[in-house]
Amino acid sequence: MNIIVCVKQVPDTSEVRINPETNTLVREGVPSIINPYDLHALEAALLIKEKTGAKVTVITMGPPQAEDALREAISMGADDVRLISDRAFAGADTWATSHALYKAIEKLGYDIILCGKQAIDGDTAQVGPEVAEFLNIPHIAYIRKIEDVSDKAIKVQRLMDDGYDVVESSLPVLLTVVKELNTPRFPSLKGKMAAKKAVITKMDMNDIGAEAGNVGLKGSPTQVKNIFAPQSKADRKMIEGSVEDQVEALIRELRGLKCV
Amino acid sequence: MRIVVNIERCTGCGQCVESCPFTSIEIKDGKAFINEYCQLCRACMSVCPEGAIIEIMEEGDVVEADLSAYKGVWVFAEQRDGMVVSVAYELLGAGRRLADELKTELSAVLLGSSEDQAKELIKWGADRVYHCNDAIFDKFNDEPYSQMLVNLIKTHKPEIVLAGATPIGRSFIPRVAAKVRTGLTADCTALEIDKDSGNLLQIRPAFGGNIMATILCPNHRPQIATVRPRVMKRGEYNASRKGEVVPVSASGITGRTKVIDTIKEASECMVNLQEAEVIVAGGRGLSKPEGFKMLEELAELLGGAVGASRAAVDEGWVAYSHQVGQTGKTVCPKIYIACGISGAVQHLVGMQSSDIIIAINKNPEAPIFNVATYGIVGDVYEIVPLLIKKLKEAKA
Repeated sequence: MNIIVCVKQVPDTSEVRINPETNTLVREGVPSIINPYDLHALEAALLIKEKTGAKVTVITMGPPQAEDALREAISMGADDVRLISDRAFAGADTWATSHALYKAIEKLGYDIILCGKQAIDGDTAQVGPEVAEFLNIPHIAYIRKIEDVSDKAIKVQRLMDDGYDVVESSLPVLLTVVKELNTPRFPSLKGKMAAKKAVITKMDMNDIGAEAGNVGLKGSPTQVKNIFAPQSKADRKMIEGSVEDQVEALIRELRGLKCV
Repeated sequence: MRIVVNIERCTGCGQCVESCPFTSIEIKDGKAFINEYCQLCRACMSVCPEGAIIEIMEEGDVVEADLSAYKGVWVFAEQRDGMVVSVAYELLGAGRRLADELKTELSAVLLGSSEDQAKELIKWGADRVYHCNDAIFDKFNDEPYSQMLVNLIKTHKPEIVLAGATPIGRSFIPRVAAKVRTGLTADCTALEIDKDSGNLLQIRPAFGGNIMATILCPNHRPQIATVRPRVMKRGEYNASRKGEVVPVSASGITGRTKVIDTIKEASECMVNLQEAEVIVAGGRGLSKPEGFKMLEELAELLGGAVGASRAAVDEGWVAYSHQVGQTGKTVCPKIYIACGISGAVQHLVGMQSSDIIIAINKNPEAPIFNVATYGIVGDVYEIVPLLIKKLKEAKA
């Protein structure tokens, strides 16, 4: 069995701040990490590998530095990795990103594809399902438990707003996973050694066989028109004075709102 | 297209370096240089005092396509257990406004459910409802849902399609966008029509929810967007509104997944959070898990529920089910009391449509004060205990 795990290298967005004077992002010193949800996808793949002897290949699309994410994946136990990287991929939205991943995955062979439910920098949750559509395979999103896996089928629990569904699918299938699924392992010492020595195989636009009009900015239907900081409320009222005064004033306002 | 620096104009001031969300600009030999990390967001172009950063077109860039065949605004009306869910009515409110502005019709798509439910959609603002009551849609499976919506889009060519950013919408709508080769913008917090081009301006939080972005889909149709529940207001209900229900056949629709069981697991606090009239929420400023005990007490006195920022949840002080924001729940209570929450956009988008926002924070510069109705600069651990004490006295 072949399992492919798609990961994304993202800035640790919990470290990103806005500079209040310029209304721009302060990214200085912000570390890059593997998207946290993707670690749960990798852990799920490694657990299936332990049970069935499947081969786990981790892929990422990104700039040359995304190699670090792949080395981390090897240290956790991935058998093989591919870095999908080409200048022509820059500026890709979810459509163009999914298209490139699909082209690469087609070349690799697969029974199960695992992705995090979304990336913490974009939060779109689109790439997984789009890859499945391009590959013309079924997908199940928001997996919180894998109940059963065989060579031909899989049974999982899908998280919904008001509970969960138990869903079966034939293989091949793509799954996107939530954090409740498992706890990602730490890299082993042996894994770290392997990661250090590993030669990272790259795939560029020619290798994956994509056309320029379907990748990167050119292949992207959406464009960012502008970015801006959220606007302030004009009618804000600051409550000042001693703590006693502030609390008294707040209670008066709450009374006015018939909250007390 | 590429973003490049006109080095004759560049003074090497470095403002672009600071503005770049992707750290893709470096100063080399006193001039700015844009490296391969550039995601073409154009943030640098607006800060450059010299106008030295420009975008250039490259061979093969799409300039214009004929989009005039695409007309009308659509809303995907999601159903669970046969009942249309609340976000569908909210989307009809938003869709009606967009359709009126574009002087076009508003249609809804209902897969599964009953004709009665389809007729309700008309009363909430739809001119037409494409309804397929085939049993294949009773339970949610991605492939039948996406195949059906793709077929309808290809046949009727709408210019805009809106869907709820629910587990269902977020799961199958991307397949639709992939198949019809068009753009999809997730979790929009505002939708407007660009007066000049007629394009849909899709506004959403970006870069981890730290800033807002306006997204366009200028050369492909339909323009598809998902909107989270409780972000848009419902339109007006008019029991005498007229419209047509168009029955649609599901012939040829198939799927390879099967829902074999559905387990309801109503988490109480989740329900309470979205229905509460008062929410008392805590963030990193509480600095310890005990702070939430205090907030619980206050929430109880006010008959409300407890919310939290992602920071507090990540610290493990409170369960994820309390999280409000981009990656948590969207809420709009009458009163939202933010205690020790700085107000990252990620959090603001989940609560800024609350009627009254009361912010308590030590830092007068905290962005939460930008959206607050009432602001108190002070120590949460001084203000809240006194507030609790006085509220108890008033009750006694």
